[in-house]
Amino acid sequence: MEEKKRFIAIEAVLRTVDDPELPTVSVFDLGMIHEVVITGNHVAIQMVPTFIGCPALDFIERDVKQAVEAMDWVESCSVAFTFEEKWSTDNITDVAKERLKKHGISPPPENYQPGEEWTVDCPFCGSDYTSMENVFGPTACRSILYCIACKNPFEAMKPVVEYVYE
Amino acid sequence: MTAIESPKQALENQIYALALKDLLYQLADDDFLISFRGSEWLGLAPHVEEDVAFSSITQNTMGHAFLFYSLLEDLGAGDADKLAHARPAKERKNTVYAEKRNGDGSYLEDPYYDWALTVVRYFLYEVFKKVKLEAITNCSYRPLANVAKKVLMEQPYHLAHWRLWFQQLQEANEDAAARIQQRVEEAWRQFGDAFDLGPYGTEMQEAGLIADEETLWAAWFSEVQEVIQHMPAGPLEKQLGSGRFGEHTADLDHALHILSEVYNSDREAVW
Ligand SMILES: [Zn+2]
Repeated sequence: MEEKKRFIAIEAVLRTVDDPELPTVSVFDLGMIHEVVITGNHVAIQMVPTFIGCPALDFIERDVKQAVEAMDWVESCSVAFTFEEKWSTDNITDVAKERLKKHGISPPPENYQPGEEWTVDCPFCGSDYTSMENVFGPTACRSILYCIACKNPFEAMKPVVEYVYE
Repeated sequence: MTAIESPKQALENQIYALALKDLLYQLADDDFLISFRGSEWLGLAPHVEEDVAFSSITQNTMGHAFLFYSLLEDLGAGDADKLAHARPAKERKNTVYAEKRNGDGSYLEDPYYDWALTVVRYFLYEVFKKVKLEAITNCSYRPLANVAKKVLMEQPYHLAHWRLWFQQLQEANEDAAARIQQRVEEAWRQFGDAFDLGPYGTEMQEAGLIADEETLWAAWFSEVQEVIQHMPAGPLEKQLGSGRFGEHTADLDHALHILSEVYNSDREAVW
């Protein structure tokens, strides 16, 4: 039972560690936490990277480690990225999707199939009358779009899903 | 071939380890040089949206190179930064076509870079990268198979970008189409070494690491011919030599000199 409480406490902490490029969106809600192992007073966390070229990964690693080590019973925390698991935009939680919209970023489409045409609704007014301005945005995971209905530029997370072999 | 799960297991077989490392050097050096040439375009791309797109692709591709160097680091080849910055030209395994200068001039002074070369090079290279990684996704070395699958989830965005540029310029006007065609003909003379598997090619295949050269080439050919309107006759040639065997041009020395300048100014610096 004590064990279970510790896991719940760690999860609560991980919900407070934000992606440095997406304030208020936690690494937990982005679906980046793969596994948490507690051995005595040591915590080992395995994370899945979003985009490989993402320069924020080092900061995320540091922030997670610091946040978990700040818990009074934790002596040390190690964080490692694994490639055994593939991060997909399907891992993003509903909480994160709502928060992304508040930043003017549309969440990725649900049940996206590779190669499928990809439509994005405006995060501000919800209109689907939008145009893709640039698939590549300020970070590897985001694109730049424009809403013709409310005349606002906005961003959207690119769908990234498991690769399908022909 | 049974699956090899860890670096330790890979190092137990000397031939396997040699073949695996050579393949990793090819993958790492290709992405590293191609993204270095991409980085030289920063601020010079034809328009601002392209500047954002190209630098994003370049940054992500540099991330792919770093991953392949990290797999080498895990195999005891040395620190990833050092592998990227401090190896002499003769030890590099990238295709010579990736090291080719963007054009005349330099980044700081009169950069007369050629956009047609860039569009052709990146399109042909991204198709090649896709084909090669697909031939690796089920390979015997599990850590590499996992990385290949991960890279293939991101790379379709890069390939789609360059395919679109290629198609649009090819159909734009006579001048654009002629410039593209000229660079395609040039690529046919110089890109052949990309398909070489190098001195350990046979061992790579026996180790279940990758398909044979002919299979890679055929998959690449069928994909590019869907896009290129006037396919050059004849096979790809290796006019500039084969980078897989450590043969390189003066353009690589030029690239290594520039890209290692900061690294060499303070090799112990922590970033
Ligand atoms: Zn709108």
